[in-house]
Amino acid sequence: MTTVARFDIKYLQYMDEKGTFISNDVPPAFARDLDTLKKLYRDMNLIRIFDQKAYALQRTGKMGTYPAATGQEAIGVGFGSAMTEEDVLVPYYRGQASMIQHGVLMEEVLLYWGGYEKGCDYKHAKEDFPIAVPIATQSLHATGVAKAMQMRGEKRCVFTEIGEGGTSQGDFYEALNVAGIWNLGVVFIINNNQWAISVPSEIQTNCETYAQKAIAAGIDCIQVDGNDIVAVKAASEHAAEKARNGGGPTLIECISLRLCDHTTADDATRYRPEGELDEGWKKEPIIRLKKYLESKSAWSAENEQSMLESIAKEVQVAVDNYLSTPVDPPEAMFDYLYAELPERTVAQRELAIARGAI
Amino acid sequence: MAAITLIEAVNMAIAHEMEQDKEVVVFGEDVGINGGVFRATDGLQQKFGEKRVIDTPLAEAMIAGIAIGMAAQGMKPVAEIQFMGFIFPAADHIISHCARMRNRTRGRLTLPMVIRAPFGGGIHAPENHSESTEAIFAHIPGLKVVIPSNPSRAYGLMLAAIRDPDPVIFLEPKRIYRIEKHEIEDNGEEYPLGMCFVDREGTDITLVSWGAMLHETKQAAEKLAAEGISAEVIDVATVSPLDIDTILESVEKTGRVCIVQEAPKAGALGSEIAAEIAEKRVTSLLAPIGRISGYDTVIPYYRLEKQFMPKVEHIIDEAKRIVEYR
Repeated sequence: MTTVARFDIKYLQYMDEKGTFISNDVPPAFARDLDTLKKLYRDMNLIRIFDQKAYALQRTGKMGTYPAATGQEAIGVGFGSAMTEEDVLVPYYRGQASMIQHGVLMEEVLLYWGGYEKGCDYKHAKEDFPIAVPIATQSLHATGVAKAMQMRGEKRCVFTEIGEGGTSQGDFYEALNVAGIWNLGVVFIINNNQWAISVPSEIQTNCETYAQKAIAAGIDCIQVDGNDIVAVKAASEHAAEKARNGGGPTLIECISLRLCDHTTADDATRYRPEGELDEGWKKEPIIRLKKYLESKSAWSAENEQSMLESIAKEVQVAVDNYLSTPVDPPEAMFDYLYAELPERTVAQRELAIARGAI
Repeated sequence: MAAITLIEAVNMAIAHEMEQDKEVVVFGEDVGINGGVFRATDGLQQKFGEKRVIDTPLAEAMIAGIAIGMAAQGMKPVAEIQFMGFIFPAADHIISHCARMRNRTRGRLTLPMVIRAPFGGGIHAPENHSESTEAIFAHIPGLKVVIPSNPSRAYGLMLAAIRDPDPVIFLEPKRIYRIEKHEIEDNGEEYPLGMCFVDREGTDITLVSWGAMLHETKQAAEKLAAEGISAEVIDVATVSPLDIDTILESVEKTGRVCIVQEAPKAGALGSEIAAEIAEKRVTSLLAPIGRISGYDTVIPYYRLEKQFMPKVEHIIDEAKRIVEYR
């Protein structure tokens, strides 16, 4: 017998939980730019606070079910900040961090989870997909978008995110496979928050890493510390640059931990081992970047205070816009079904109007 | 102008649109050099190149998912599912995404795409190759489901399907792929979607059918005429959205109706047509509505296939019973 293939998986981490650069790898240029790091720090805080606000809206009966991303802010903000405006995002359902980073408005996210279809009619991110609820279907839509870009010779790329549980779906493997064969400009982000609702990784895969799922598709992969925004952003920028220039797809597994319930409808105390949260909070992504900025005398208590105030204001504006958005009239159910409503359905539309708003 | 078969008409329509519109792309399993297992895409790769006529990996969900991504970027994919029996891995994409993208983005993203699939029984195919499951997709708001019954309609309806701004499931009755030829000029003239065709005018009974069964239905009408019964024959053609008005007008005139389908009877398109007639024209009816269909069984392997398929004489017998009903 001879060995016909072998593989190894690289792990990337620049900054540890104390906010110290520990890697032997030379940090990317942006990591030396304190303004860039401050912006990333603010953006992560914004998502944390936005999620808290969304939770409060649900708990007070002003919004439907909502999946927070507490503890995973570095992933969405990190890869979202590696995208250009021309790139396309095909998000997953817990994707608010990357969506907002790529131009989706906070109020649009609230509208979506608040039961308004118009929450997916993005004002800015015009080509971005709405979130895919069925799990993993988005991976294939991303390959289709990338195929169109490739056929048109465009130097753009597609980012698509998925939970580690979602990687068990056939669609995910099919997407990796075709992206490899066709050399598509897709960056697949696995948000490994270690929980698929109540199911942990040992029930999800027999692999040592999720990143290695790319090996069978013949595409590049890397595992990164998903709590280290420098690592997430660096790996994403590298993959994006490669994708835009015809270098093909990359799979990036970002390891983090879900520090919240799966959604507002979940109670993680039913399944989460004791002590996990305490340990998790020590490693979460925001505090380590703050420690680093403080160590460089680039962040003060006053900076913190004024940032929190400005975020609170910004989020409140989004909440106010959400809460003051009128519900669509009943005929809206019909008005976007087809380019032209079929004759046969016109009477139903009139009936809905006649029955009026409830 | 050569006479061509239904499958050649499908090919001609796709080639016509590829010539006219560079956003039209064809992909699926074996659609390239092999020209599709039934030859629907024969010669297209040679003519338009490997970039626009693409052999995909063997994965139906992927085919539909890719089509959605490309269509969202404004391309016009014409994707082939090799047999309708294999469409179900793609159903998640078709039902959960394709049908509702326009609605859920309030018109921001639209999907001008066609998914083609040969369907129906009668060619002695292996298991999972012979079902008529059009009702599953006809049930989904946001989709259009089109079934041509002859070469001319295949050409005109395929053109309309590719040009349509919304997703169209184009089901090709493979039993009649090569049963007859029509002389068709490749002039790019489409037939409208969402409209029935009245194939034969009559006064005593309305026979409603679509796809391959239209052939048995027309033969039945011919034989009924010889016996002095004047049957009107309607080809539904677009099974969703249904042009019920044409059917209702005919029923108003004849007062008697029989619906002919190859699919099992329960919860099918014939059920919907019958319900609409009962709701809206019950007072025009001079006899109970009749339905000829496959049985509510799993379609058998090909040894028993003929036992399953509705026959001309079944239609004649049912039509006579309805006409004689007092």
